[in-house]
Amino acid sequence: MTTLTHEHAAASHGDHGHHEHHGPRGILNWLTSTDHKVIGLSYTITSVIMLVIGGALAEVIRGQLANPNGHLVSFSEYNQLFTMHGSIMIYLFAGPFAFGALANIIVPIQIGAPDMAFPRLNALSYWLYLSGAITMLLGFFTSEGAANFGWVAYPPLSDAIQAPGYGTDLWIGGLILTGFSAIFTGVNICATVFYLRAPGMTLFRMPIFTWNLLVVSILILLAFPVLTAGLVMLYADRHFGTHIYSVAGGGVPVLWQHIFWFWGHPEVYILALPFFGMVTEIIPVFSKKPVFGYKGMVFATITIAALSLGVWAHHMFTTGVVLLPFFSIMSLLIAVPTGIKLFNWIGTMWGGQIWFSTAMLMAIGFVVTFLIGGLTGIYLASPPLDFFTHDTYFVVAHFHSVVMALVLGGMAGLYYWGPKITGYLLNERIGKAQFWLLFLGTQLFTIPQYWLGLDGMPRRMAIYPNNPAWQTANTWSSVGAIMIGISTLLFVVNVVVSWKKHPAGDNPWDGHTLEWFTTSPPPHHNFYRLPQIRSERPTWDHNHPEAKALGHGKDHSA
Amino acid sequence: MKQEAKLLLGLGLFFALLGIVYWVWSGENGGGIMIVAGGTLGFLPGSYYWWWSKRMPTRPEDDPNATRESGAGHVDAFPGTSIFPFVLGMGAFFTVLSLVFGMWLLVPGIGLVLWAAFGGTAESRRGGTH
Repeated sequence: MTTLTHEHAAASHGDHGHHEHHGPRGILNWLTSTDHKVIGLSYTITSVIMLVIGGALAEVIRGQLANPNGHLVSFSEYNQLFTMHGSIMIYLFAGPFAFGALANIIVPIQIGAPDMAFPRLNALSYWLYLSGAITMLLGFFTSEGAANFGWVAYPPLSDAIQAPGYGTDLWIGGLILTGFSAIFTGVNICATVFYLRAPGMTLFRMPIFTWNLLVVSILILLAFPVLTAGLVMLYADRHFGTHIYSVAGGGVPVLWQHIFWFWGHPEVYILALPFFGMVTEIIPVFSKKPVFGYKGMVFATITIAALSLGVWAHHMFTTGVVLLPFFSIMSLLIAVPTGIKLFNWIGTMWGGQIWFSTAMLMAIGFVVTFLIGGLTGIYLASPPLDFFTHDTYFVVAHFHSVVMALVLGGMAGLYYWGPKITGYLLNERIGKAQFWLLFLGTQLFTIPQYWLGLDGMPRRMAIYPNNPAWQTANTWSSVGAIMIGISTLLFVVNVVVSWKKHPAGDNPWDGHTLEWFTTSPPPHHNFYRLPQIRSERPTWDHNHPEAKALGHGKDHSA
Repeated sequence: MKQEAKLLLGLGLFFALLGIVYWVWSGENGGGIMIVAGGTLGFLPGSYYWWWSKRMPTRPEDDPNATRESGAGHVDAFPGTSIFPFVLGMGAFFTVLSLVFGMWLLVPGIGLVLWAAFGGTAESRRGGTH
């Protein structure tokens, strides 16, 4: 156990103590490390593998749908495919990548902390996530196959009669494990942000990424225990003879939908806010300006989180038993803070000297794609429109615009922070090719689906009527999916090609925040010294002493 | 500390009001209970932080004019490497798998959890690894 003290030499460097770290190497390092950077890297690699697996399933789905009477997979295999595609992408890729991978590495460094507040709990989070992922994927190897009731697992589709296979139980078990992993990460990030900030790093000087992760952690603590409780009750219904969700024994199936979406809608923001944060870090740096409306951004983040707890039943408008005006108003209100964010991103770029690096292109791609996804979300918040489009491809397209925007944001984060983590730059030429394939592929993938949905094509169907217009739209959508797949492969190629080629140096982008003050990769316990923190961009202040300090970073007393 | 308290209390207050409006308006108990419980999750830690923020000097991380030297001294104790998170994680893994592949998996499952509990505690008592 290393007891850290801030030591101060005559030169008054804010030291975190000089000690060389002699840990085990190789696989033993992976198994035993409690360093947040090693754990974060494990999270990053595992979740990108999950992205590739989930993406491969998506390609099979799109291959099946390229023709009206596709024969690539059977109906039952198709059900497993869309269920596991959604489950892997939401539970095993997007969430862990958002709050386990880059957050784990970057948040402690951005606030000048030597590690997470509970390093061993952090390691436990990773092992629960990995074992949960393996548990869920084991379903493919059981005799009845993996879970096949959609990623939302509505009873009675997920009860013991409709879904008797072990795949369902493995799905539930895996989800409980990853749920606990998320809760522990949430506890850890809250404690880290509340207790381990560097001197002068007041709450309102934290980078927006860290702010968003703090708010996301609070949301995790609100939402994930509900899901875990719901899953335990689902398991009890399946095996212990309870009737919580079954009408036969006096239960209420819609209760599962309430519980699931009470987790599920905050989960959308748990996924989205970290990527909002990444983009909010990247756009100012590559526009060579401070972020426009720092406090507005923080306010918008908190407001989105607060409102997100009151919107869950907009997924249940067509059940006929929810309070339509309440959920419609709350859902429409979320557009306001989200609009503030979009306005501020554009305001940050406005009049800046924009450097179109791959990270910046990905960030702009995020803003555009998220705008499409967000605007179509406003349609769906209106019950009359939702009645018309519910369970059609319009919903699928809306959702995929949002999550593909998050993939663009995540790629932006990898190109931006990758050099900090590995010490080496990624190839910009391959990166730009990847961006255009990913960005154009995403639009080609979703826009036909919007039209298909409005024309009435239902989701979760392995075949569809032999209608030439529908077939054309589906084929274009499949071409888009293939472009997205190639772009992901290009990323893997890029990592291999540029492996240890171009050293990044400590601060390749003239960054604003503390992670660019330390070495690339950062040493054990992150810092040899810290700058004086006087605004929300301490590294930039240190590197540009001639510039005026930002006014609003000054006067927030505790 | 005061800012943290305000954030949590503010969220707690919002959820409490939201929960009451929703519960009264809809009469649906599940969601009403969940939002109000969410409010308590803001109030509990928020009021704790508020209580302490009145009774402790301003921390260097809350002081906008803090110098680097003001953070001097003890930061925290951080464990070096530890095998026990892995052992505990594998224990949980086997315990969950026992629900599907047979109760015998509880033997390694609970065994590993117990090993991690005792081993991890003993490791902390020894002062951990470096």
